[in-house]
Amino acid sequence: MKKTLSSLLLVGVSSVALVACGTTSSSSTTASGSSTSGSSSSGSSTSAKNVKVFVIPKQLGNSYFTTADSVKSGGALAAVQQLGATGSETSGNASTPSAQLPAIQAAISQGAKALVISATDPTALCPTLDAAMKKGVTVVTYDSDAPTCRTLFINQASTAQIGTSEVDLLAKQIHDTGQIAIVSASASSTNQNQWIGYMKQELKKYPKMQLVSIVYGNDDPATATQVTQGLLQQYPNLKGIISPTTVGIAAAAALLDTPQYRGKIALTGLGTPDEMKKYVADGTVQSFELWNPANLGYLAGYAAVELATHKITNKQGTTFTAGKLGKFTIGADHTILLGPPYVFTKANINNFNF
Amino acid sequence: MSTAIESSTQPVSASPVVPAERRATSLILRAREFGIFGVLFLFVLFTSIAQPRFLSLQNIKFILIDTTVFALLAIGETLVIVSRNVDLSVGSVLGVAAFVSSNLYQIDPGISIIVVFAVGIGVGLACGLGNGILVAFGKVPSLVVTLATLYIIRGLDVLIVGGNQVVANALPSSFLAVASGSVLGIPVISIIVAAMVLLAAYYLRNFRSGRDLYAIGSNPSAAQLVGIPTSKRVLIAFVISGALAGLAGVIWASYYGTINSTAGNGYELQVVAAVVVGGVAIFGGSGSVVGAAIGALLLNTINSALYVLGVSAFWDQAIAGLLLLVAISLDKGIASYLAKVLRGRSRNHGA
Repeated sequence: MKKTLSSLLLVGVSSVALVACGTTSSSSTTASGSSTSGSSSSGSSTSAKNVKVFVIPKQLGNSYFTTADSVKSGGALAAVQQLGATGSETSGNASTPSAQLPAIQAAISQGAKALVISATDPTALCPTLDAAMKKGVTVVTYDSDAPTCRTLFINQASTAQIGTSEVDLLAKQIHDTGQIAIVSASASSTNQNQWIGYMKQELKKYPKMQLVSIVYGNDDPATATQVTQGLLQQYPNLKGIISPTTVGIAAAAALLDTPQYRGKIALTGLGTPDEMKKYVADGTVQSFELWNPANLGYLAGYAAVELATHKITNKQGTTFTAGKLGKFTIGADHTILLGPPYVFTKANINNFNF
Repeated sequence: MSTAIESSTQPVSASPVVPAERRATSLILRAREFGIFGVLFLFVLFTSIAQPRFLSLQNIKFILIDTTVFALLAIGETLVIVSRNVDLSVGSVLGVAAFVSSNLYQIDPGISIIVVFAVGIGVGLACGLGNGILVAFGKVPSLVVTLATLYIIRGLDVLIVGGNQVVANALPSSFLAVASGSVLGIPVISIIVAAMVLLAAYYLRNFRSGRDLYAIGSNPSAAQLVGIPTSKRVLIAFVISGALAGLAGVIWASYYGTINSTAGNGYELQVVAAVVVGGVAIFGGSGSVVGAAIGALLLNTINSALYVLGVSAFWDQAIAGLLLLVAISLDKGIASYLAKVLRGRSRNHGA
């Protein structure tokens, strides 16, 4: 009985595969490693109903990713649901490739049609993601890219804009003068390093501002606190800190939230409004910025389903309407830009809850 | 050395002054903690030569506060390891206690801080009780039990926290001040933890149930045969370890202000490292709480030094590991040298 059932299934599967092969019309141009993933199956659009999407943030329990992913906040899973596909969030408990890889592998073996993933490392995940793409899985990266092994990248804000605007924010607070330092996430984090690259460029506009150190808190509150303590000791004349990571800026803010440092060392960077409310209210932090993570996740989830159902391809110039967010165009290197970063200050921070 | 030979020629009781002095020095030298303390001293000395600000009051305060959480965990872990067990769940227990306790402020902003601490400790105690029952009465190896509860408790934490988090804005300043308040420049929390370390040390040294843990760790079956209630003692060690991890969780919440389901992730190995560096034998039977606490202090000092000296992030983990190895080897070297000296002395004494 079992045997006949499985052979029946086999026939079914192979006939589907045959049909798929027969109708392949938009088979990918394999020139670049990051071309369309759906190349092995039909070019015509398929129903979203059979599309399983796995959303894989850098780590679970990080409020930024919870906002980006959850249905409640209108993130990635909300878009997936809205389009009629099924979705779930999975990842490791630490923001490292070794914690994230098992989650990716499990998602693939559970029959994922699309992965929406924030890469913990630009290259370490590639063997696994490449293998998935060969099987026809759509890989959409968001927040942090793995440029050589994905179908599409949803860029939260232009790398250049984030880097330059954070330097501008800090410059305004310290009147363009003094020693500054950066508290980053991990030394191998793609987006962090790109932002820092643009910060260095922007700093050329401010000859009196001197970047004295870049330290890494590994997105762990304890480590981020310790590296910031180290900065304060090493550079007693430090005037400002940029922390382009939500964990880092919250830890640094908690450390600076004493009469000794408040108002004397300016802090800005990327933070979530909820985590920063106290420090903005008491004057430890004047302004910081972020994009809307829910919109970022929503766009990633939306694009993933559209790609997996072959409604769109990842070709440059492709335009589509992503539900509540409106129209987007796929740019160079198979990338979509969400929009400019958003600056939070005392005046507007209470309008946000994430 | 010449004085030792000299003294050996006369009866010990005949010269009451010299031996009393010597007894004091050998008591210090005999202390298992002496080696690790020496290593810590040398390390601080070299670092502050390279960067004098390392010894600034502010930085000492930073290091002391950072150490409190690990020192608390190290007390419990020492009790457990001395009894030839291990508690790998402390990081997860810390995490769940940190969230559950601080989250009370989101439910009722006016709640008493005593209730918050009691709940945190209670959560930890319950986790420790679970571990202890499985190990002591279920006779499952503690490595297996606590490795499992490490994941189970972290999983529960992720479930409880869900998409939420506790942010500093939701916490009253009286709670946030717990970890940052200081008296005469010394963090209050460090004083309390230091007192707890001494209390635990006194318990292990002078109470029957404390001494029993060493007996159990040295030879579990012999301990059973001489009538030590091994299961009960081991259970209590785990309960204390859990309760202290719960307390550490509340302090963690107070210090960092932002609590989600990642709090305390990976702390278990750092704590075991601190305990072992502090001279506690990993297979049980020997070691002290004071040593473990100094071990925690040494690990945090090494981290702080690397950051204050501005060592590249690409190197700091490797260097921290290397320094650990050096510290342990130095400690072993000092210990065996002192043992030789002391042996020589007591032989000369004819004692």
